[in-house]
Amino acid sequence: MATNTREAHGDLVLENVTKEFADFTAVDDLSLVVPRGSFFALLGPSGCGKTTTLRMVAGLEQPTGGRVLIGETDITGTRPHERPVNTVFQSYALFPHLTVRENVAFGPKRRKAADAMRLADDALELVQLSHLAARKPGQLSGGQQQRVALARAVVNQPEVLLLDEPLGALDLKLRRQMQVELKRIQSEVGLTFIHVTHDQEEAMTMADTVAVMNRGRIEQMGPPERLYDLPQTAFVANFVGQSNLGVGRIHGTDGDFIVAEVSDTKVRIPKQRSEIHDGQVMFGVRPEKVRIHESQPVGTGNDVRAVVTDVSFTGVATQYLVTVPSGANWTVYEQNLDVEPISLRPGDDVWLSWDPTHAFGVPVDEDGRKAALAEDGA
Amino acid sequence: MSRTRSWVSDHLAMIIAVAVLVYLFLPVLYTFVFSFNNYRRSNITWNPEGSPTLKHWANPCGAPGVCPALVESIKIGALATLVATILGTLIAFALVRYVFRGRSSTNVLVFLPMATPEVVLGASLLTIFIQGFRMDLGFWTVVIAHIMFCISFVVVTVKARLQSLDPRLEEAASDLYANPRTTFLRITFPLALPGIVAAALLSFSLSFDDFIITNFVSGNETTFPKFVYVSYTRGIPAQANVIGFSMFLIAVLCVIAAQIIGSRRRGVAA
Amino acid sequence: MTTAFAASAREAGDPQLTPPRRGGRRRGWTPYLLLVPGLLWLTLFFIVPLVQLGSASLQSQWPGAPGYYYRDVNVGNYVDALSSYGVHFLRSLAYAGLATVLCFVIAFPLAYAMAFKAGRWRNVMLILVVAPFFTSFILRTIAWRQILADDAPLARTLNALHLLPGGHITETWVAVVAGLTYNFLPFMVLPIYTSLERADPRLLEAGRDLYADRLTTLRTVTIPLAAPGILAGTLLTFIPAAGDYVNAELLGSDTSTKMVGNVINSQFFTVLGGYPTAAALSISLMILILVLVLGYVRRFGTEEVL
Ligand SMILES: Nc1ncnc2c1ncn2[C@@H]1O[C@H](COP(=O)(O)OP(=O)(O)OP(=O)(O)O)[C@@H](O)[C@H]1O
Ligand SMILES: [Mg+2]
Repeated sequence: MATNTREAHGDLVLENVTKEFADFTAVDDLSLVVPRGSFFALLGPSGCGKTTTLRMVAGLEQPTGGRVLIGETDITGTRPHERPVNTVFQSYALFPHLTVRENVAFGPKRRKAADAMRLADDALELVQLSHLAARKPGQLSGGQQQRVALARAVVNQPEVLLLDEPLGALDLKLRRQMQVELKRIQSEVGLTFIHVTHDQEEAMTMADTVAVMNRGRIEQMGPPERLYDLPQTAFVANFVGQSNLGVGRIHGTDGDFIVAEVSDTKVRIPKQRSEIHDGQVMFGVRPEKVRIHESQPVGTGNDVRAVVTDVSFTGVATQYLVTVPSGANWTVYEQNLDVEPISLRPGDDVWLSWDPTHAFGVPVDEDGRKAALAEDGA
Repeated sequence: MSRTRSWVSDHLAMIIAVAVLVYLFLPVLYTFVFSFNNYRRSNITWNPEGSPTLKHWANPCGAPGVCPALVESIKIGALATLVATILGTLIAFALVRYVFRGRSSTNVLVFLPMATPEVVLGASLLTIFIQGFRMDLGFWTVVIAHIMFCISFVVVTVKARLQSLDPRLEEAASDLYANPRTTFLRITFPLALPGIVAAALLSFSLSFDDFIITNFVSGNETTFPKFVYVSYTRGIPAQANVIGFSMFLIAVLCVIAAQIIGSRRRGVAA
Repeated sequence: MTTAFAASAREAGDPQLTPPRRGGRRRGWTPYLLLVPGLLWLTLFFIVPLVQLGSASLQSQWPGAPGYYYRDVNVGNYVDALSSYGVHFLRSLAYAGLATVLCFVIAFPLAYAMAFKAGRWRNVMLILVVAPFFTSFILRTIAWRQILADDAPLARTLNALHLLPGGHITETWVAVVAGLTYNFLPFMVLPIYTSLERADPRLLEAGRDLYADRLTTLRTVTIPLAAPGILAGTLLTFIPAAGDYVNAELLGSDTSTKMVGNVINSQFFTVLGGYPTAAALSISLMILILVLVLGYVRRFGTEEVL
């Protein structure tokens, strides 16, 4: 039985997985498929259940409902050591009484690999730590420890490698370096990586697929570009990048567009880009898709009056904070393509416009309502 | 002016500390000095006539009964330590690693012997050995009693060590294909070992130095502290001072060696 | 030795004692299997003896057959014991209390210096605190008898200065309290040291920043930081001191400084028919100490002592 599940291979599948602690549901009816060999990122705010999800995949926690499968093999209920899964822990969890090499060789030895030490040395080479193999973990820097933790997991060539914020403790430079490193290792060894992070940039740049988690549920899952371009919930719209949002009511259609009224202004949303087709809708548009004008633009048919509250020049772009009639604060990024000097000041009346094909519509929920009002871009 | 004041108050604690250490060592010094006393009848006062002598050091077993008592103490200490360390370590593992019914009563039961004065422990054991179990007092009753009071100290020591271990290390081991047995042998046990060793050393020193409980349950059995106490009225042979001071030396050397090895092991950055 | 005291200080101080592990652990029989041998031992040789001692404390003597007893509920034993030896009880509490206070006064600066001032001498000092206790405690107590003896330098000097009212140090309560203080000092030093050592020295600096004057810092920052250690230390000092009889025996007088431990000891071994009285005294002492400890812990401590 043990060897059976340990040799399972294929996609990682979670089916309606639920984890309830005494009085708290940490993971709520979660289903997903991670294709074999892909780099999957789990993104979400603190406490949303990312670590708990990983622990259930690793077998360190048993789900209170649902199944975990690798390929065709159901591994629910098996013990961690019976699973072809390895974890890089949030806090490394290196064995303090063993040397770096012994730490890395721990897994291969347990699997009775004949050349455990050689495998360990290869893995250490991969993370460029061969020269520290004889040290104890206590004698390494944080970044080095992290790389040992990575080597210790990768050396086993597991079906699924779980990384729980493995870069959390690093400074920015080392972090970028390790991101590149991780990506390289993943493509070299071709394992399924599940990478937990709450750094959206990290998730976007590294992963093939990103899942955004919130309160124990997956809000949306897909390639990073798609998540950014077409968020399906207000939470995602705000957690992945920034969005300008407004709550409105749908009035009708106009060709391929839905027409909604948001604080006395009619806005259009492409039909395919809206989750909602009648009743209340939350309208959204990304800040860089919005143009800012000193007078009402002609011909766009999609414009809003606003008052500038803040202007900040960031080099290639200028960021404006404006207040729209609904009272929400919107953000506008304007590329500094023109050579003209910036003429807008806080307090100026302006007009905003955007190409309606870039707008999106998501269901109205509490998260979104709050976001629409508190949106401040600060 | 505030400078001098701050110098004094900065060093005041250290000055007091050094004075206290001197105070702690004063009786040890006396024991040491009197091991060279060339006394006639009683080693209680210094004999000004005889010059200091090494003869007690040259012949530490010279006084009747002193070495047999020492041997008994070592035997009792070793046995009591072995059993108490095993039993106490098992309890500590259960308390730290498992959630079970009766856990807080177990904690109370472990705490109570430490909160009970030794006379009461001794008196109750004497009563049960005589009235209840009808055992002959001697070597074994002493061993039983010592195991009893050492268990609690072992539990407390090992428990503290286990609690300071990161549970994630065991999770990491099982994540790396170690079954529960291997996890215990390769990770948990080696990491708990320093605590278990400390507990064993503590047990041995508690058992070796115990007098009050031993005196209740020992019958004709004579341990080293009992030997010293009993011979006090007749005059303690200087060989007792030799042995007492040697124990001190051995212990100090052991502690220093352990410290050095420990700091080597832990490595530079730890 | 160090570790256990440290550990008991932790017991008293650590608010996150035994966090049940993430997700708990398999229930089932394993914990009970681990517990059985040790708890069986404690039950057989701690609980059962106490019960037996309790029943012995209620036994009556066969009339005309001293040394032979029968089962009874003779509460009179307690009345006799406490009326005849109540003064010894009070004396034990007074001596032990005084020794505990003295221990604290001596131990605190030492622990403080070790934790904050000793720097790299820290471990050396720690060894020095524990080291004397590897010489048998009977030997050390006898050494005190020699140090405090009438013809030794200390008593002679004091006598020459007319500072010693009775002319003796030994055979007085002063010697007994001094002996108790000495013998249980490390039990006070080590827990206090452990809790201070774990404190962040920056807290003290912050305190000094806020209050400037050192006494206020001591009162408002340092002592509260050491509180768990002080709690553990006072218990570890007071309990054995209250039950001790060796110091009173070796340093005190034959009459006026006897503690309850001496009475129990002699009633058991030398007084024919003293057995139920000794048992009654033991049980009373145990109950008294438990009540005091519980009250004290309730008042000052956290429940983690248990
Ligand atoms: N053993 C437990 N008992 C009760 N609640 C728990 C337990 N473990 C986790 N939780 C709760 O479950 C929720 C999810 O925790 P989890 O560790 O999965 O969060 P996370 O998404 O990894 O957060 P972070 O980004 O901060 O690491 C949290 O609210 C946490 O408090
Ligand atoms: Mg987490």
